[in-house]
Amino acid sequence: MPVNSTHYLFLSLLLFSIGVMGALMRRNAIIIFMCIELMLNAVNLLLVAFSKIYADANAQLFVFFIMVVAAAEVAVGLAIIVMMYRKVHSVDINILNRLKH
Amino acid sequence: MDARTIIFYLLAATVIGGGLMAVTSRKIFRSAVFLLFSLIGIAGFYFFLDQEFIAAVQVVVYVGGIVVLILFSIFLTHGSGEDMKKPALGRAVFSALAAAIGCVLTMYLISEHTFQGSGKPALEPSAGNIGAQMLSVTEYGFILPFEVVSMLLLAAMIGCIVIAIKVKVPEQKVMPKIKEETEPVELEVVEELKTEEV
Repeated sequence: MPVNSTHYLFLSLLLFSIGVMGALMRRNAIIIFMCIELMLNAVNLLLVAFSKIYADANAQLFVFFIMVVAAAEVAVGLAIIVMMYRKVHSVDINILNRLKH
Repeated sequence: MDARTIIFYLLAATVIGGGLMAVTSRKIFRSAVFLLFSLIGIAGFYFFLDQEFIAAVQVVVYVGGIVVLILFSIFLTHGSGEDMKKPALGRAVFSALAAAIGCVLTMYLISEHTFQGSGKPALEPSAGNIGAQMLSVTEYGFILPFEVVSMLLLAAMIGCIVIAIKVKVPEQKVMPKIKEETEPVELEVVEELKTEEV
């Protein structure tokens, strides 16, 4: 069976679900960041695959923009995590519930 | 089963396996390295799909930039070789179940839908074409999002500097006064030395 768009759809969906599972399951802020990266990559992969299969070059530009936004997000997010570590000496998100109390 | 199918499944195994190990590994450093493999697998997919420019950007931005940044923040925030806490069983089961149900539901919904191409002539995916389209000011050009993204990057850069900058502690305000007091004394000493030499 040759590779078609359904294969890429299923692969991206699986990768996205793995990212969702990790983001829900893990309590470490850096691991949650990695899961977000996995989800963004799943979307990028699907965009590129569909742009190739259905011959539409616009998706590559979207992928480029998504990558730029992901890079900015990671830079700011990791700066916040390192800053938080300096204050509370942990990156566990369970202790970040001061707004609840 | 031709060669393309075999390569597809090999790459898919790399990406999914790397992703799964990154999510479930209990050593955070191993997690980051498995994420690296997963991202390299996705770059391989881009090469497999003949999108060399996107593949190069993927390697440069994700593998060379984001993973290295994550590794650095792991070095800054974690002791070496520590195991992380095991996630609670209830939460692990719930999140796996939620992800699986979401995956199956989405797959079912999408499989009902048939996709159609735009019918436009395919554009050669070279860096020149992508750059020309990104900077074009004609009707379907991408110059506006390009500028918006550049402003976003600038804002992120300034934001990082502002977040990471160390706030001066009150002790440092006293420091310049002490310096002012000590400097004239040093000068006098030097002058005395000079006069002694003469």
